[in-house]
Amino acid sequence: MVKQRISIRNHSAESTLFMRRTLVFFIAILFAIGMLISNLYYLQISSFQSYQTRSNDNRISVQTVIPNRGLIYDRNGIILAENRPVYSLQVIVSKTKNLKENIEQLKELLALTESEISHFNNTKRQTRSFKEIVIRDNLSPKEVAVFTVNQHRFQGFSIQANLKRFYPFGDLFTHVLGYIAKINSKDLQQIEQRGDSASYRGTKYIGKLGIEKYYEELLHGEPGLRQVEVDSWGKVIRTLDFTPPVPGKDLKLNIDIKLQLKAQQLLGDYRGSIIVMNAKTGGILTLISNPSYDPNLFVQGISRKQYQKLLQSKDRPLINRATQGRYPPASTIKPQMALLALDSKVITESTVIYDPGWWIVPGSNRRFRDWKHWGHGKVNVSRAIEESCDTFFYDTAYKVGIDRISPFMEEFGFGKYSGLDIGEETKAIMPSREWKKARFRAPWYDGDTISVGIGQGYWTVTPIQLTKATAILARRGEIIEPNVLHSIISVGGSFAAAHEPQKPIQLHDEHYWDIALQAMLGVTSKRSGTAHRAFANTSYSAGGKSGTAQVVNMKEDEKYDASKMKERHRDNAMFVAFAPFKSPEIVATVVLENAGGGSSNAAPMIRAMFDEYFDNQAATSDIKPLGF
Amino acid sequence: MVSTQAQKSIFYRLHIDPLLLLGIFSLMGLSLTVLYSVGGYEMLIKQLIRLGIALGAMIILAQISPEMYQRWTPAIFIVGVLLLVAVLVVGHIGKGAQRWLDLGFTKFQPSEIMKLITPLMVAYYISQYTLPPRLKQVFIALLIVITPTILIAKQPDLGTSILIASSGLFVLFLSGISWRYITIAVAAVVGFLPILWFYLMHEYQRGRVLTLINPEADPLGTGYHIIQSKIAIGSGGLWGKGWLEGTQSQLEFLPERHTDFIFSVFSEEFGFIGILLLLTVYLFIIGRGLWIANQAQDAFTRLVAGSITLTFFVYVFVNIGMVSGLLPVVGVPLPLISYGGTSIVTLLGGFGVLMSINTHKRFNIK
Repeated sequence: MVKQRISIRNHSAESTLFMRRTLVFFIAILFAIGMLISNLYYLQISSFQSYQTRSNDNRISVQTVIPNRGLIYDRNGIILAENRPVYSLQVIVSKTKNLKENIEQLKELLALTESEISHFNNTKRQTRSFKEIVIRDNLSPKEVAVFTVNQHRFQGFSIQANLKRFYPFGDLFTHVLGYIAKINSKDLQQIEQRGDSASYRGTKYIGKLGIEKYYEELLHGEPGLRQVEVDSWGKVIRTLDFTPPVPGKDLKLNIDIKLQLKAQQLLGDYRGSIIVMNAKTGGILTLISNPSYDPNLFVQGISRKQYQKLLQSKDRPLINRATQGRYPPASTIKPQMALLALDSKVITESTVIYDPGWWIVPGSNRRFRDWKHWGHGKVNVSRAIEESCDTFFYDTAYKVGIDRISPFMEEFGFGKYSGLDIGEETKAIMPSREWKKARFRAPWYDGDTISVGIGQGYWTVTPIQLTKATAILARRGEIIEPNVLHSIISVGGSFAAAHEPQKPIQLHDEHYWDIALQAMLGVTSKRSGTAHRAFANTSYSAGGKSGTAQVVNMKEDEKYDASKMKERHRDNAMFVAFAPFKSPEIVATVVLENAGGGSSNAAPMIRAMFDEYFDNQAATSDIKPLGF
Repeated sequence: MVSTQAQKSIFYRLHIDPLLLLGIFSLMGLSLTVLYSVGGYEMLIKQLIRLGIALGAMIILAQISPEMYQRWTPAIFIVGVLLLVAVLVVGHIGKGAQRWLDLGFTKFQPSEIMKLITPLMVAYYISQYTLPPRLKQVFIALLIVITPTILIAKQPDLGTSILIASSGLFVLFLSGISWRYITIAVAAVVGFLPILWFYLMHEYQRGRVLTLINPEADPLGTGYHIIQSKIAIGSGGLWGKGWLEGTQSQLEFLPERHTDFIFSVFSEEFGFIGILLLLTVYLFIIGRGLWIANQAQDAFTRLVAGSITLTFFVYVFVNIGMVSGLLPVVGVPLPLISYGGTSIVTLLGGFGVLMSINTHKRFNIK
């Protein structure tokens, strides 16, 4: 209760004070209402004539004309994303005379199904009666004709022609193009923050993923205005003035549909990804992540059931494996490790170590196995890369130390965004002392470095990072930035991606590059090279490196036997390569999840991609997109 | 005040104030008339249901005695503040809208409770001491007001945080703090404005303010609403275009016709005469509220009744001011006329408290 100090409290004085204050406020209120009234008097009485005229002029209504979204082409001019006309049946409930009866009639006329009717009824409940509701999308030309003939019986119903985004190749380009879908409240907020509300007046769709999202501003365009005269019912009588919309820009991608199709065919049922990139420009020729899904589902508005199915699929089709898949790089980074060892003078070109099939951390009895359990014998750096000797790199990694490995590998783009122009990407992990401390609150151990030496342990990379790193290696330190967009068609030329020019990687001796690159040539060409079988009899010479990443950690002396392992626990197969050897034009990465050895499974796929690039000059005219 | 027959009437025993109720019913009648014009039968029915619920809340709150309010105010205030924090935290984690707290069976907006409880809390605190309050008490009272205001502004819900801040400040002014403090406070706020403009506001917020000052500069963007609204009001003239005849509203030139801009529809269809009638009803309710405040028997109830009434006026002033182009569009509904919204329950809840104060008198002075 109140702690009233009755003794010193003067109730009547307080009451009087309150009354005075109330009076002040009451006068203020009268004054404020007077202000409102005088303003309203000004509007309604003094300026009545002018506002009446303007109100009548409001018979002239300004309508927004949605701009057509820019089209997307591959490098050969094949259309990958287009706008197709679709007809939809709409109704404005407040303008109908006998809605129930009409719906019954539509059942007969257009074979309206029960589920369409219940969907309509649901939408009706959530929609204001003066807003249009779509009853059916995608009317066939015949249905349009049937309805138009009977139009007079259906007051308030109308057929609207709209353009709808269509991806003619379905799931082939989903992880590059992304898709557009209905604008939601979150998108609206972002549009408002960008100050773009005026451009999006009337627009219903927006890029949600991939190129469609990344280049939304280019693709969207600017709306036009149409001044129309409306009758007292709001119906358009005639168009008075028309400012055409500025359509979105058409984009040409670096993607080559022939290679993309080949990659999809090669991947088959594998979970994994293939990337092929121009080694000089960084232009992405192929980027595919398998399995994929049909982006057209999202344009139409995906059903909850379908979406749950995609979301819960064990194969994770929604993940873009090429940019979001994190894998241990395994032996694919041995050439870079060799460069670092040479550059930091830990080894020389002629350093030879003996590999008995294992390696022991000095001063301990922790044993690291080589994949070849009887050992490679005497190996130098070149043989170590060609035959992918683990022991050699255990030793060099131990001597180089993590403090030199992390910064060097970061120069190749590991642990950083590749900057690819589709938004979805992960940095993966380039481990370091600081990283481990922040992540696990634990110090870095020597054993951690040994695993990193062969691309295992904490180290993870994405396929796009591997591709970039391989390109940098093939170009002898020149920093290559991957990009999907080739050019804006109306602008012409090639699109200058907004990458700052970067300082190339400098080594103490240019010859080190030769050592690493020659060894990669050995991988594909020497009889002892791990991938010589896959690259036999090519019309070009290629450098490459295999990788077989453990998915499950094995005990020290356990042997790997694919046939006995559960499928999801099998090794990931990887291969990186570039060609031609003398002056590299393209680089490629293949990652296959749970497929076993890199040389035996992934290398043949790169070979096939390179063959397609160098040898197949077939025209693109026989490529058939999806039907409607 | 003498205990008369009136006080023992059926209304007094039901804890209902007939004059306030008359004003409220008049507004509801006008509201339903306009809403039918805008949204037809469907909208009318939906609003009727809401009004029923809100009237129920009002009657229930009127039954609770002022002593009970006083006893429970601090606890409810603290719970309310904690809920506001919870909304911010939950909203932050969910990265979604931050106004609602999902209780599973229903969604709940804690800021609505704060609209009522904040002035009660300030009054509770201030009335423990002799009035006018001293400087220290003024500062603590300001702290009580600022806490929920900032939490709600962070949601971000500018309209509601303005209403809450003013309801708390009204209590302070009514308690009789000296004009000197008031002058200093006003000067401080005015001095703060340039800092707000140059350092704290985002570019897009500044842009919004600029279009508010001169909407005609951007006739297709943000200025569109206000221009169409002024055309609707102006073209109504003296007698209006008649019920269901407003071309601006019927032809859908007006945005938000059933909520924030309903006053424009009303003005178009019923003209200047209609507006005068509407403002008279509002003034009647406000006058009755202030009368009840002056008849209240202790400092707490006086301050609460005064603040509730004055805040009601702020709604009216801000809404009409914004749709007629005097004030920025901040999203405040026209009280008891605009369609839907949880705000109607809070508004009538406030009147419930007023009625409770007027019908639970312990003793007769004089």
